Amino acid sequence: MSNNQGPILEFEKPVVDLEKQIEELKKFSQEKGIDMHEQITALEQKAENLRMEIYTNLTVMQRIQIVRHPKRPTCLDYIGMIFDNFIELHGDRLYRDDPAMIGGIAYLNGIPVTVVGQQKGRDTKENIYRNFGMPHPEGYRKALRLMKQADKFGRPVICLVDVVGAYPGVEAEERGQGEAIARGIMEMANLRVPVIVAVTGEGGSGGALATGIGNRVLIMENAYYSVISPEGCAAILWRDGSKVQEAAEALKIGAKDLLEMGIVDEIVPEPIGGAHKNPALASKNLKEALVSNLTPLLNLSPSQLLEERYQRFRNYGQFIEN
Amino acid sequence: MLKDLFKTKPKYITVKSERDFQPRDEAVEKKEIPDGLWVKCNRCSQITYNKDLERNLKVCPKCGYHFRISSKERLELLADEGSFQEIDKNLKTVNILDFPNYDSRIKKAQKNTDLAEAVLTGEARMNGIPLVLAVMDFGFMGASMGSVVGEKITRAAEYAIQKKLPFIAVTASGGARMQEGIMSLMQMAKTSQVLNRLAEAGCVYISVLTDPTTGGVFASFAALGDIIIAEPNALIGFAGARVIQQTIRQTLPPGFQTAEFLLEHGFVDMIVPRKDLKSTLTQLIKFHLNGGGVDVQ
Ligand SMILES: [Zn+2]
Repeated sequence: MSNNQGPILEFEKPVVDLEKQIEELKKFSQEKGIDMHEQITALEQKAENLRMEIYTNLTVMQRIQIVRHPKRPTCLDYIGMIFDNFIELHGDRLYRDDPAMIGGIAYLNGIPVTVVGQQKGRDTKENIYRNFGMPHPEGYRKALRLMKQADKFGRPVICLVDVVGAYPGVEAEERGQGEAIARGIMEMANLRVPVIVAVTGEGGSGGALATGIGNRVLIMENAYYSVISPEGCAAILWRDGSKVQEAAEALKIGAKDLLEMGIVDEIVPEPIGGAHKNPALASKNLKEALVSNLTPLLNLSPSQLLEERYQRFRNYGQFIEN
Repeated sequence: MLKDLFKTKPKYITVKSERDFQPRDEAVEKKEIPDGLWVKCNRCSQITYNKDLERNLKVCPKCGYHFRISSKERLELLADEGSFQEIDKNLKTVNILDFPNYDSRIKKAQKNTDLAEAVLTGEARMNGIPLVLAVMDFGFMGASMGSVVGEKITRAAEYAIQKKLPFIAVTASGGARMQEGIMSLMQMAKTSQVLNRLAEAGCVYISVLTDPTTGGVFASFAALGDIIIAEPNALIGFAGARVIQQTIRQTLPPGFQTAEFLLEHGFVDMIVPRKDLKSTLTQLIKFHLNGGGVDVQ
């Protein structure tokens, strides 16, 4: 295990403590030349059981902690590990380049694609530069510009989604983020190329949906996709910030619930403990899912792609009619 | 009752300066006009006799402040008398997520408003011109958009496509219906993408943004009209003012997220006082009848 996994989450402390004990014991036995093989094996087994116990029974809020982990791979990290020859393209041609949304052209398994996604920072300084991955209107407009460019040249579009939500700021409102999100949604529905959306971390509300209109929508195991953050929901509906866990569960925002509701098509498995524990493995899994979902779409005509994407979103909603 | 209002000439027709609005929070929290005899204006604080206010289309005769009106009042304002034929009135909301207290909130809203859900849709005539109307009602759970609202808006657009009619959506909403979770978010996709088909069919779509039009409704079909009209002093925006204030820790600029603010920043075509809304819409629709212009093919 690498040492560079950042802060330890509260619920994984028992495992981490045990791992430390094992390390110390190993060191001790080596230094003193005492054979402690049996004890170490027993402890390792215990740690493995504890890992299984903790990580296979994660609550929604624990998963949210994992996807908000500062070492969670970001969009550019995934792009580097999944795509080849990525060339980043900048700007919305209207106002400025938004560093919170990135995009460009790359190869996915030899196929030229356009890839866009929200980009969080990997440290405080970069987070400020990237506005914590929350785009302004020009970010959505850049993404849309690049997707329309992809449409023009018949390139499939891959959207990696990881955004806590749209940015609550004066300038974002002044420059029309409502319009930018709405237009992103409407025009994505008109793309004549295959569109694959993968929610890799946070699928936060309208900020996520603005690049979320895909023929296929995938989600990583610990990621969530929600109309509102659990914090926001608790504050508005219960007027009580401490009801976050309750809100998170009521909203059914986890991958399994979303799969059951037909919002996502596939859950991409993460390394035990989350993608940040083994970014290479997380990327390998994501790449496999992207390729296997894109391949059959390459055989569809533009009108078939439009129609199947349209019907997917047309059918969302549950009600009684009599 | 409301019908005679429209025969009476409004006493005051001017809309005052665009800047002097009350703080946003008050605007968010203020209620419909109470049943009392007298009403205090949210903006100028002047007291008006309720009947006078109703006669003036619920616009303050002193300062031109536009109070909220119900979907039924809006229909009386816009549709020719007796012309509104409701469609899809049998769609009923279900508590898909088993969300706490959702059923009871729906029942309470139905009782208070005498509506089944937060939007009325149907075919109507406006000064004789047939068209499709969708009118949201903020009194029904803040006209938040869940499955039924999204489906009714979408079907109304599909009805317009099928009949080749203009489509007018009068919006008012606090945003997505949280109690339906992710399914409410997906209504933004559904109601936005159908507008592509409306455009392909050559039908004009006008959205009329009334107080308040926010969140997921603003960031979907409301912001996508071929022509976008706003009512004076309507609160219009995506993110909530309070959340923004907490984030930036500064006072918001005056008139932030009002209709006038959106006009200034280029996100609505025009602000139309309530008394002129029907005639303005009629004029706009007339430009688009039978395809509107010369054949560009
Ligand atoms: Zn007044």
